[in-house]
Amino acid sequence: MAEWIDACATNDIDEEDLIRFDHGDRTFAIYRSPNDEFFCTDGLCTHEQVHLEDGLVMDYVIECPKHNGQFDYRTGEAKRAPVCVNLGTYPVKVEGDRVFVEI
Amino acid sequence: MTKRDYSLLGPDSERAVETGLATAEWYHTDIPRKEMKALMQRSDRPAIRDAMILFGSMIVLAGIGIALWPSWWSAPFWLAYGVLYGSAMDSRWHECGHGTAFKTPWMNNVVYQIASFCMIRNPVSWRWSHARHHTDTIIVGRDPEIVAMRPPALFRIFLNFFGIFDALNGWKQMLLNAAGNLDPEEATFIPEQEQHKVIGTARVWVLIYLATIVLAVAMQSILPLMVIGLPRLYGAWHHVMTGIMQHAGLAEDVLDHRLNSRTVYINPVSRFVYWNMNYHVEHHMFPMVPYHRLPELHEKIKHDLPAPNTSILDAYREIWPALKRQLRYEDFFVKRELPGSAQPYREDLHEQALSVPAE
Repeated sequence: MAEWIDACATNDIDEEDLIRFDHGDRTFAIYRSPNDEFFCTDGLCTHEQVHLEDGLVMDYVIECPKHNGQFDYRTGEAKRAPVCVNLGTYPVKVEGDRVFVEI
Repeated sequence: MTKRDYSLLGPDSERAVETGLATAEWYHTDIPRKEMKALMQRSDRPAIRDAMILFGSMIVLAGIGIALWPSWWSAPFWLAYGVLYGSAMDSRWHECGHGTAFKTPWMNNVVYQIASFCMIRNPVSWRWSHARHHTDTIIVGRDPEIVAMRPPALFRIFLNFFGIFDALNGWKQMLLNAAGNLDPEEATFIPEQEQHKVIGTARVWVLIYLATIVLAVAMQSILPLMVIGLPRLYGAWHHVMTGIMQHAGLAEDVLDHRLNSRTVYINPVSRFVYWNMNYHVEHHMFPMVPYHRLPELHEKIKHDLPAPNTSILDAYREIWPALKRQLRYEDFFVKRELPGSAQPYREDLHEQALSVPAE
């Protein structure tokens, strides 16, 4: 049963950047877009399970730090080889200055 | 003495998986996120400038070569054109394959396709092969791009200065792929959904080569092949010279790029041809940093890296004796000293590989 989890403060994430968020035995990436929107995906790249936390956010794309594979972090869609499998995405809401993720 | 099996389907491949060397976590120098984010930023400008210089020079040099043909006065122009075709395209293939050279994706893709053709490297197969090289750098049985295996095949390396082995292999592979087949080793690192693209590209290339050969026959001259195809042979020496410096003579089966990669200070012309890949430890540690920011990255992390070789000659003074020694004793490698300011090597991560004698 999914529940809303308080993940971080809005100002924990710079604009056009991401942070890692661990919950239980799972790991996620939370993004802040250039337009101040928040998104959440699985934390590990689907290619070789490298964490995306050290990757580069460019507009709505996250690039994996190991092999430069790219995903659209709004939809999880794999955009550039060597990634072929989409990332899982999770609903996000902002209440006050807190970011909640439905996991 | 340990006998190595570099095939991706052999016992060393299985051993690397069993011992945790495959797809492992690697050492990274600490660098604040804000600084790294700034270094990773993409820009079109440096790569557009360099592409204009590169392609402009190629057109001019080939044009003069054609104008002076068949006089020997054309030779220096062909030699210079050859280095741009058979060597500079290696680094363009590499950087655009990473997608870091240009900010605009289609620009990376266009240069990547042209460079892949010049280097006779299928753009799909080699994208995957290079991804593996970054995952498992110089891990025996896992890395498909190890140039100087142990014992080193010195004659083969020598032939490659004239592109002979690699180009023939590239053309053979192209014909195999164009016939609708994949090499069994390729199939280990190319996902099924990508495999049809390998075949499609190979077929287009065969048509380009056929057209060039038909033109050469019609003209009763090798001139068309001097422009397309042969420069992969007569211009290969520079990329082989710089490519050998990347890892040769250093440790295998370790999880720290400071142990298995080499940074070398080189002259500005070679840096243009090689697109700054002489900062090779830095590139492997942080492959997201574009070629034009690598000198800055080097300045930020050099306190944590072995001292760079000071020139191409200095690098070969280290490499050549090591390769000669590996002919007799395969376990030998050069263990590079870290400065006092560096984090120590995590020898616990790869104790077995480092327990053999080193210099």
